[in-house]
Amino acid sequence: MPEVLTTVTMTVNGQSVTRSIEPRVLLVHFLREELGLTGTHVGCDTSQCGACTVLLDGEAVKSCTVLAVQAQGSAVTTIEGLEGTRLHPVQEGFWAKHGLQCGFCTPGAMMTAAYLLSQNPHPTEEEIREGLDGVVCRCTGYETIVRSVQQAAALMSEASETSGAEEVG
Amino acid sequence: MLTAPFEFRRASTVNEASDLLQQGTEVKLLAGGHSLLPLMKLRLAAPEMVVDISGIPELHGVSVHDGVVTVGAMTRHVEVAQNPVIQAEAPLLSKTAAVIGDVQVRNRGTIGGSLCHADSAADLPAAVLALDAQMVVSGPDGIRKIPASEFFVAPFVTALGAREVLMAVEVPAMPSDAASTYLKRPHPASGYPVIGVACWVGNGGTSVKMAITGIGSTAFRAVEAEAYLTEQGVNASSIGEAARLAAVHAPVEDDVTGYKRQLVNVYVSRALHQTMAGKD
Ligand SMILES: Cc1cc2nc3c(=O)[nH]c(=O)nc-3n(C[C@H](O)[C@H](O)[C@H](O)COP(=O)(O)OP(=O)(O)OC[C@H]3O[C@@H](n4cnc5c(N)ncnc54)[C@H](O)[C@@H]3O)c2cc1C
Ligand code: FES
Ligand code: FES
Repeated sequence: MPEVLTTVTMTVNGQSVTRSIEPRVLLVHFLREELGLTGTHVGCDTSQCGACTVLLDGEAVKSCTVLAVQAQGSAVTTIEGLEGTRLHPVQEGFWAKHGLQCGFCTPGAMMTAAYLLSQNPHPTEEEIREGLDGVVCRCTGYETIVRSVQQAAALMSEASETSGAEEVG
Repeated sequence: MLTAPFEFRRASTVNEASDLLQQGTEVKLLAGGHSLLPLMKLRLAAPEMVVDISGIPELHGVSVHDGVVTVGAMTRHVEVAQNPVIQAEAPLLSKTAAVIGDVQVRNRGTIGGSLCHADSAADLPAAVLALDAQMVVSGPDGIRKIPASEFFVAPFVTALGAREVLMAVEVPAMPSDAASTYLKRPHPASGYPVIGVACWVGNGGTSVKMAITGIGSTAFRAVEAEAYLTEQGVNASSIGEAARLAAVHAPVEDDVTGYKRQLVNVYVSRALHQTMAGKD
């Protein structure tokens, strides 16, 4: 079957991008190969591990299970776009509480955590574990990831109490 | 992994989607893509044309009229779980959607996609069966309704015609006194149910409905247990016999060790106890 290219336009980390691609290009390939944003990882490629998680219009999705053409007109945030002028509280939390070892799952774990906190700024430990159910980590045993997310939640509520100014998420 | 090449279209109306389905046999509709894309990546499916139906306005929205909740086919699992109308009128559906897969899967997967894919281990078939839902489908001959009890024909086979599109699911509102449970034992690797029991008790105990997924070749209603409980009332002593009846009559295959019937027995009993305790 002849390859017919399709034009796709989306906003990635705040910047509008347009490319002509084969419709079968997955969002994760689009990000990594077309845009060079290799922070988003491919772990399993079978929709299980969550390493490829990005935000699509603010919602955590596995980008290995979304076609780039399905993101037409949408806003995508990758790990590269998580920090603003300074590290995102989730990044600070992972740093402070050793939420990573090899780091392979970390981009997906952080994006999933950022999504969780955008929906539920004060999650219980159980809600954190449930919220991170779609992330597989071979290294940490999840304990330090949970602590990192708790730390991030604390940092976010501190920030909103003191200034109310900085937008996170 | 790349899928095989395909032509990509976006349908903006149900009629357009239905027309595109008539163009050949190798046309697939794409909703959330969380069943179709994994199959295509493994090359277990290789459609020549993929039609994205996510932008069709008719497939979106949740409403309630005359005691019937209409849930658009493109409603994502997260929305089914959190929508206040569904939570109020058909809480069993919300509870079921809330435990599908993981957060990321629920953000993409749709009620229509799950029901049309008809995986024998999917969660939602149990809920729509127990709720006596109707599938509203549109095809070349117009719109018709298919009761949930006739929709799931075999694993991955539904009563949907080749050129039909599922538009919405109509769920009769549950009685205001209804208590309900969806109890699932997730497979540790896949997250799909090894068994899932959807049940509700309402109208002062005169309505008892129960459907079971995961363990048979399609989801099924536990009619013998329902009849027994309707007659005896749901109480600590009737639950044990109802669970036994459900297990004995369950259409399970390849169960030489009796493990599947045992699971039915235990999970039906637990689901009923939970329902009576008013838990979810
Ligand atoms: C990692 C992972 C874990 C999962 N865990 C679970 C689980 O625990 N329980 C569970 O029940 N499911 C689970 N799923 C499946 C998930 O719920 C799917 O999203 C769902 O089964 C399919 O919905 P979809 O919108 O993604 O459909 P798609 O993949 O887009 O479509 C599925 C099929 O239905 C057809 N179709 C879709 N919409 C329509 C329509 N409106 N009319 C006619 N045909 C249509 C398509 O052509 C296709 O054949 C899991 C999936 C993944 C990837
Ligand atoms: S690479 Fe996407 S879920 Fe594992
Ligand atoms: S830190 Fe190694 S996989 Fe999570």
